[in-house]
Amino acid sequence: MFFAIKNLNVFYGVIHALKDITINVEEGEIVTLIGSNGAGKTSTLRAISSLVKIKSGEIIFKDKNITGSRAADIVKMGISHVPEGRRIFPDMTVAENLSMGAYLRKDKAGIKQDLEMIFDRFPILKQREKQLGGTLSGGEQQMLTMGRALMSKPKLMLLDEPSMGLSPIYVQQIFSIIKDINKTGTTILLVEQNANMALHLAQRAYILETGNIVKSGKAQELLNSDDVRNAYLGGK
Amino acid sequence: MELFIQQIINGISIGSIYALIALGYTMVYGIIKLINFAHGDILMIGAYVGLYCVLLFKLPLIPSIIIAMILCALLGVVTEKVAYRPLRNAPRIAVLITAIGVSFLLEYIMVYFFKANSRTYPTDFFSFGSANIAGITIPIDKMVVAGITIALMILVQIIIKKTKLGKSIRAVSSDRDAAQLMGISVDRAISFTFIIGSALAGVAGVMYGAMFTINPLMGIQPGIKAFVAAVFGGIGSIPGAILGGLLLGIIETLVSAYFSSSIKDAVAFAILIIILVVRPSGLLGKNVKEKV
Repeated sequence: MFFAIKNLNVFYGVIHALKDITINVEEGEIVTLIGSNGAGKTSTLRAISSLVKIKSGEIIFKDKNITGSRAADIVKMGISHVPEGRRIFPDMTVAENLSMGAYLRKDKAGIKQDLEMIFDRFPILKQREKQLGGTLSGGEQQMLTMGRALMSKPKLMLLDEPSMGLSPIYVQQIFSIIKDINKTGTTILLVEQNANMALHLAQRAYILETGNIVKSGKAQELLNSDDVRNAYLGGK
Repeated sequence: MELFIQQIINGISIGSIYALIALGYTMVYGIIKLINFAHGDILMIGAYVGLYCVLLFKLPLIPSIIIAMILCALLGVVTEKVAYRPLRNAPRIAVLITAIGVSFLLEYIMVYFFKANSRTYPTDFFSFGSANIAGITIPIDKMVVAGITIALMILVQIIIKKTKLGKSIRAVSSDRDAAQLMGISVDRAISFTFIIGSALAGVAGVMYGAMFTINPLMGIQPGIKAFVAAVFGGIGSIPGAILGGLLLGIIETLVSAYFSSSIKDAVAFAILIIILVVRPSGLLGKNVKEKV
């Protein structure tokens, strides 16, 4: 089994944020997790990365139970998380931000090679190499967080609302980059509010509603389902 | 003119001690948003360590400083582990009060074991005579203080800017969650911050102790002044702490030279209030918007 969450429960104080969630992701897939604000999408990703405590349930990655591992170990195992709202280091240069992504790596030559690969994929970051992260535009910052996450050579990439607050041109660009990243062998778990674009990109999807998975299946089928269209795609 | 230049040098030397202490305040504040009120007492411990290095082992300045740095770093990191880390997710006021508690604890443990009376370093420990530069007599000990401080500040800047360790401290200070997602251990970054800050306070303690007298409550005044210097320069900013410390030292010295030493603190703090009214985030501080 490549990646699975089994019966995951997360509480914030008395609030039951994730209720018995079960998700699985096969190697090479793009799976999307959609739902409205506060449904628990971000909490799911934060639980995977060990940024929030899990009450019960299991997280499996490459046949290993990784529940309760430290955040750093999860990165080391090959799960990289692009957090919501970009979260670059604003006082570090673009180059420093990218090098932070390789924090746990020791193979200098490999890091250098991956940096070149990222500059090829995001030429704008090459131009801005010496600039402080905080001076980039929203779209550029999104590319920077994605580049930073790629620097850890992830097998599985968790993307939290990469299109949030971006202009339509950047949204298109970011989605096509996600597709590219997936083609070069990285499995993707994508959280999105832009359900329409996410369902067009992903092979499979899960729909979260107030902490419960209410529907799952092939993205194409969900796109054609009437309730999904009415609830998440603004009807038609 | 000669008096003026001498006073500037005096100001730089006391100011650089404030700056050394202020660095610890500002770095700790930067990473865990705590005003570590026990920081001045780390300085006091450093002064005692230095004193006993001299009295018991007849060590000269530099080895005494190094031993004080090591023991203070150890003390700082232990305080963080025992007193502050368990409160990592508690309200900030709880940690602040704990810091005040740690401060009193250190002070009165020292009063109990080493008595409250003031002591002095042997006079030959920190006297280097004076030099005559372009007709101006300059005490060399002041230059030594400034020189050691500058060297340490350059070292801290290199650690913070260039090393992996420094980058991890900057990353955790700027965004704890994002830093964790890079694989950085938050606990380790915080420990290293306390190590650096406390080691600097140890150096400051030996030099401050050798320039004045030492007693278990000696850390309070330089501690508060350095805290003020850190706020003055912009709390959380390393260059700000250095600038704030130096300015405070120079202002204080000039006021006591040209007006009266009894009013030096009043004037220095009045200037501080004015600056903070005009620039609430301090001289080099940034107006950070609260994250939502």
